[in-house]
Amino acid sequence: MSFFSLISTVIVGVLFFIIYFGLSNFILDLVCKFKSNSVALENSVRAIIFIAPAFLVLFMFILYPVFETVRLSFFDKFGREFVGWNNYLWALNDPNFRRSILNNLGWLLIVPTLSTFFGLVIANLTDKIWWGTIAKSIIFMPMAISFVGAGVIWKFIYDYRGTGDHQIGLLNAIVVSLGMEPQAWLTISIWNNLFLMAIMIWIQTGLALVIFSAALRGIPNETLEAARIDGASEFRIFWSIIIPFLERTILVIWTIITILVLKVFDIIYAMTNGEWQTEVLANLMYDWMFRGGGDSGRGSVLAFCIMIGVIPILVWNLYRHRQEQKNEI
Amino acid sequence: MKFKLNLSSIFSQLLLLFFVILWITPTFGLLISSFRDKDQLAISGWWTSLVTTEVNEIHRTKGNKAQIEEEGIFFIRGNLFDNEEGKKVLSYGITSKDINAYKVGEVAILKDKSEIIVFENGDYQWKSKSEFKKKKGRRLFITATSPPSFTLDNYKEVIFKEGLGQAFLNTIAVALPATLIPLIICSFFAYSLTWMNFFGRDLLLASIIASLVVPLQMSLIPILTIYNDLGALFNVEAKSFPGVWMAHTGFGLASTTFLLWNFMKSLPNEMLEAAKVDGATHYDTFVRIVIPLSIPAFASIFILQFLWVWNDLLVGLVFLDKHPSEIILTAKLKELLGSRGENWEILTTGAFISMTVPLFIFFSLQRFFIRGLVAGSVKG
Repeated sequence: MSFFSLISTVIVGVLFFIIYFGLSNFILDLVCKFKSNSVALENSVRAIIFIAPAFLVLFMFILYPVFETVRLSFFDKFGREFVGWNNYLWALNDPNFRRSILNNLGWLLIVPTLSTFFGLVIANLTDKIWWGTIAKSIIFMPMAISFVGAGVIWKFIYDYRGTGDHQIGLLNAIVVSLGMEPQAWLTISIWNNLFLMAIMIWIQTGLALVIFSAALRGIPNETLEAARIDGASEFRIFWSIIIPFLERTILVIWTIITILVLKVFDIIYAMTNGEWQTEVLANLMYDWMFRGGGDSGRGSVLAFCIMIGVIPILVWNLYRHRQEQKNEI
Repeated sequence: MKFKLNLSSIFSQLLLLFFVILWITPTFGLLISSFRDKDQLAISGWWTSLVTTEVNEIHRTKGNKAQIEEEGIFFIRGNLFDNEEGKKVLSYGITSKDINAYKVGEVAILKDKSEIIVFENGDYQWKSKSEFKKKKGRRLFITATSPPSFTLDNYKEVIFKEGLGQAFLNTIAVALPATLIPLIICSFFAYSLTWMNFFGRDLLLASIIASLVVPLQMSLIPILTIYNDLGALFNVEAKSFPGVWMAHTGFGLASTTFLLWNFMKSLPNEMLEAAKVDGATHYDTFVRIVIPLSIPAFASIFILQFLWVWNDLLVGLVFLDKHPSEIILTAKLKELLGSRGENWEILTTGAFISMTVPLFIFFSLQRFFIRGLVAGSVKG
């Protein structure tokens, strides 16, 4: 497509929605001018105009698909014949699926923990140091980069050349300069998962860092001063005042990164495509969506497994929302 | 600012410096590499390109055609580097066994009694009393220092030959509407959730909260089926830009609505009540009062959603063709990782091009970006 047809498609797409809202409200105003007897009717029509597009999108892209995916997981690869638990039984016996579950569990344990930990430590460091803002910017920067871009960056770090060749990957260059053998890092089974997780930690630490930094500012200075006057060491202050104060924030960051990690796809797809035992659920699902013309039954089972992981968080969020609503009333 | 030079402060600074270096080095290496000559890039680490380095090279002098006779003595003159700037010869040799036999400016005497001299800038002179017979010149082994040198060639190659330029435009064509459309429809939605009373409002709000965490994998298969069915029904391509816009709108809807709802809740109630008393409709109130007040929130959400869409791979892979006229940057980059896996000049440059827009937004609008993230997390 040429540049101008691209631009015009974009403009038409956006204008469509602006015109919808403008025009429908204009017509409603016009109608109400002539028949201004029913305010209640006007309000409900307007509510429908306001809500309709978003509700339709929400319904079509989230609410309906969630139930449809669960339904499809009990049907064959074309979604036509009911097959009972067959797809689930297939999954339990599939070595790739088991490997994915183990790997996803590994990701869930390691990535949120280390990202939160590094974020917390660095937030505390930057808080006290005059060049902390610059440091924060730099560590936060990977958040702006795509997972694929990050994949290229790190694949370059992990690059491997045979023994004796000039290593152009930083990691192998360091290893060789220490007098050890260079390694093809991404192919070393089990450990290669850690090298992939490092990418996610590299990205998500920035998120944890900025949120912690914002939360740290909420700690009353008097409390910290009082503790210092009492002779508490910085380590003690960190452990006994800052950590308890940030408890809620830690939990929130943990859940955000957990949800993200459950869905991790781009990094695996771009770096190893699940080879050398690095398979994860989201990549396996993408694979089954298209392998051999696509298998909607197996794909749905895999999607549902990811969903199961977020259900506890979903319930907890709804519960908290209800508590908040109650408090406001 | 206080500069307290105590042990714990120095330790903190060193620790932070360590983290900063650890975090910046990977990206920095990519950036440097994208500007390096591709032959250099393939044989030496990017860190060597920052300082003047010693290189060993093999060059050949000109052959007998270039000789000139001056007073009965034959000369072949030339420059080993073809006048490439900046390189300096340290030493040279005439056999591969002893490549550092002569210092620069020293005369090497060959078996046939001819004399070669090489100067620092790469100029050489080969002198002989008899005529040069060989067509081919002589090999010279030199050790030279090479200063850092950078080039834009990789960018030209990647943008025009590898099709990243088109992918860049495609990504803009995906990202702008996929950010603006949810912003438009969600702002109306969030307004009605905050200020209108209607049946099922609480249920709708609860389903937004629930949708916040639903993985988009749950939606892929049913939506792809719908798109394929619609495409077959109307006899159009199932994979299209409008399809991707709507998919991104769907996946960004919950978070956009939630953030806007959170923001609009905090607007002063009295202002809207006053507008109502003056006879303003909800539409007037929304356009004249709520939108102007919500600009900072819009900015934050715009940036979050824009970066999300720009950096997305999965949605683009599933709902767009891999054809050059539709492929987005991340998908293109992934394709290059597969097909040009060893051509680091193409990969590093491609990756950096895909990062330009996010990094520009990041450095110019960081405040709004952070505000959006914090609002979405601390409250949610």
